[in-house]
Amino acid sequence: MPAPIRLRELIRTIRTARTQAEEREMIQKECAAIRSSFREEDNTYRCRNVAKLLYMHMLGYPAHFGQLECLKLIASQKFTDKRIGYLGAMLLLDERQDVHLLMTNCIKNDLNHSTQYVQGLALCTLGCMGSSEMCRDLAGEVEKLLKTSNSYLRKKAALCAVHVIRKVPELMEMFLPATKNLLSEKNHGVLHTSVVLLTEMCERSPDMLAHFRKNEKLVPQLVRILKNLIMSGYSPEHDVSGISDPFLQVRILRLLRILGKSDDDSSEAMNDILAQVATNTETSKNVGNAILYETVLTIMDIKSESGLRVLAINILGRFLLNNDKNIRYVALTSLLKTVQTDHNAVQRHRSTIVDCLKDLDVSIKRRAMELSFALVNGNNIRGMMKELLYFLDSCDPEFKADCASGVFLAAEKYAPSKRWHIDTIMRVLTTAGSYVRDDSVPNLIQLITNSVEMHAYTVQRLYKALLDDISQQPLVQVASWCIGEYGDLLVSGQCEEEEPIQVTEDEVLDVLEGLLVSNLSTPVTRGYSLTAIMKLSTRFSSVNRIKKVVSIYGSSIDVELQQRAVEYNALFKKYDHMRPALLERMPIMEKSASNGPTEIVQTNGETEPSVVEPKHLPPVTQPVNQANDLLDLLGGNDVVPVIQNTMPTKPASAGGELLDLLGDLSLSAIPPMTAYNKNGLKIDFTFERANPNPNIAVITIHASNSTEADMTDFVFQAAVPKTFQLQLLSPSSNVVPALNQGTVTQVIRVLNPQKQQLRMRIKLTYTLKGSPVQDLAEVNNFPPQSWQ
Amino acid sequence: MIKFVLMVNRQGQTRLSRYYEPVELSRRAPLEADVVRCCLSRKKDQCSFVEYKDFKLVYRQYAALYIVVGVSDSENELSVFELVHNFVEVLDKYFSRVSELDVSFNRPITAALCLLAPPFYSTTH
Repeated sequence: MPAPIRLRELIRTIRTARTQAEEREMIQKECAAIRSSFREEDNTYRCRNVAKLLYMHMLGYPAHFGQLECLKLIASQKFTDKRIGYLGAMLLLDERQDVHLLMTNCIKNDLNHSTQYVQGLALCTLGCMGSSEMCRDLAGEVEKLLKTSNSYLRKKAALCAVHVIRKVPELMEMFLPATKNLLSEKNHGVLHTSVVLLTEMCERSPDMLAHFRKNEKLVPQLVRILKNLIMSGYSPEHDVSGISDPFLQVRILRLLRILGKSDDDSSEAMNDILAQVATNTETSKNVGNAILYETVLTIMDIKSESGLRVLAINILGRFLLNNDKNIRYVALTSLLKTVQTDHNAVQRHRSTIVDCLKDLDVSIKRRAMELSFALVNGNNIRGMMKELLYFLDSCDPEFKADCASGVFLAAEKYAPSKRWHIDTIMRVLTTAGSYVRDDSVPNLIQLITNSVEMHAYTVQRLYKALLDDISQQPLVQVASWCIGEYGDLLVSGQCEEEEPIQVTEDEVLDVLEGLLVSNLSTPVTRGYSLTAIMKLSTRFSSVNRIKKVVSIYGSSIDVELQQRAVEYNALFKKYDHMRPALLERMPIMEKSASNGPTEIVQTNGETEPSVVEPKHLPPVTQPVNQANDLLDLLGGNDVVPVIQNTMPTKPASAGGELLDLLGDLSLSAIPPMTAYNKNGLKIDFTFERANPNPNIAVITIHASNSTEADMTDFVFQAAVPKTFQLQLLSPSSNVVPALNQGTVTQVIRVLNPQKQQLRMRIKLTYTLKGSPVQDLAEVNNFPPQSWQ
Repeated sequence: MIKFVLMVNRQGQTRLSRYYEPVELSRRAPLEADVVRCCLSRKKDQCSFVEYKDFKLVYRQYAALYIVVGVSDSENELSVFELVHNFVEVLDKYFSRVSELDVSFNRPITAALCLLAPPFYSTTH
């Protein structure tokens, strides 16, 4: 068998391959040759073959059949063999293969070898891929080597120890005594690796950290080393572009950071040296900047005095003005971290940060955008917003969503005037309309309803925007909602803020109908515009046109549209008398906890059933039964919450109030009655029928107490005959204040499908002056209207 | 923590790769290709630090060769940047005026030996 080719030859051959397929062929041929060579147990050329195998592995081809060969190489006596063997072990083996355990013995022997290079190899390999079992077995050896005087071995042993600690944290204690005099070494290699080891220990275990802070006087030692590094003159061994061993400096600074975090004494001790490093380091080269960056990070993290912090932020400001992109990026990242704590100092650099928004680099732009949002406050909102909106116009799509939500949040917090706020939101919708979040539409609607004086202006601007462009769905939705609500203001041409435009009713209806037929509109948008058209039937005079539109859509393919159209049709035909009331202006909406479910409000009975109601309404969808039509209309006029679940329940409460209005209209007031009056406790019932189902009577009890002492632990219970169903909701409180100072209210809902006379048995329990009182009573004197 | 070091040429061929965390072979090739694509598409005036998935890439271009180092989030990027340069200078001294060919031919073994140590960028004494 001819001698296997050398690695160089192999590489040369592979490089001549023109295509991927050719390369694969060559590799396979060579692999076959290698495999047969392995089978022949050829000792002389094993090293060469494994080297070739490693190269092929690096190119991405499978090489697992070489693992055992690596082990054989490790076991051989020749240094060259061992070298390739260990390299192969590091590249090909990891703790997932079972084979690696076979190495343990070899490594153990090699750790005690006479030649330091062999020991070094073993340490490296162990430190690279040692599994926890191996580490456990060999930790003792490593620790011994950590104490030798040979600096070559010491530094490798330190790194190996780091790996051992990572794999088996319990062994950390074992290395503690060895670390005592690690830092008194002169050799930078050892210093560096010891600092790494100490850092690892401090990061892993807070006990270690405390130990190092107090007992070892670590901080003074580190400060001393750092000082020597800075002060010492040119040392050719460690020089990098004029700075002495910057890597060690950076490491020490990082360890100082960990030691000084939230610890006053340590922070005190390092103040001076940090100031010294910050002022003395040369910044013309990148190396100096790297050290300064680390210094700044350290100053920010420890409990430094304010002078030092200002120095740090000024350094960052200087970085921002630097031409080098890397440095600007790094500066922006650190400023972002510190803006929470040192807000004022960062504000000084605001203009530079805003300039970075225009930078070409994507990472810098993103950082600058986040930082700008963090810096917005009441004073600079106008200027900042101008810049940010300009940025929104010109930035990449990946930024638009974040920028848009950021703008909304900032505008909400700091808007100087309502008009400005609305203008800003409109600007966002027109420029980045398709990237805004879904809940911005209801937020905007709610904002618009709340700013009563701006209605005319808003609707005018929205109308103009619609004329320009109907592709941005959120904008279109908001615009059609507003036109539906405030169309009369639009047509009448009253607008204080701007030049009023002359719009006729037909033009408005044209636009809305255009939305309905356009391909660009989503089904949601179509729903909005149909409802808007319907609402205009009370505000405009051209009712016939609206009727026609509505009846056309009664046979639309889209179920949602069809349902709406049919219901609105019914509204025209049978319930025309209710139409004005139904389609009245929406009242101002209460902004409930954003994005959270509305809690049941317990103050009185009225808002309560309205919040509960929308949960009942969604299942009711058949437009067949006319009584149910009425129910749907009453529910459906909330526009959104019944059908679209994305809309939060805010409009529900508005709709609910609308329902209340209706309830009051159809309800000839049922007189309240006194159900119980004994021993100073008086319970009154008031009735509502503010709900779509005429069979449900909603009774609110008001309990008042005319005695001199409070009634605590007040519990009201009720029972009804079998033909009824009763639902008792939670009371407003269970303490009835004395002397009629207040009342406890609770809501009862009684379902009375057979319209029988309402009867109820009630049970009251409360504690008066320390003694519990219990009472039963029957209530028969319900007014006839409550159950008919 | 350094996660990996790659040396890739402009055509996208990997000249050297060293992973300091176990990564399966099947995942290496797509990872390398993706990383390289990311770096090759950057223009000259953009900064050398890229956020990629959950770690950062620090890359540096030397003629036709890109050296890419993948680091964890907590690293000082400028420092790693310096390290890359230091490494190249060492190779330069060793091979006297290193070029891509040296990287391809001698590199796989010698340089891998240079990167033998676990990734705490200890000085390559």
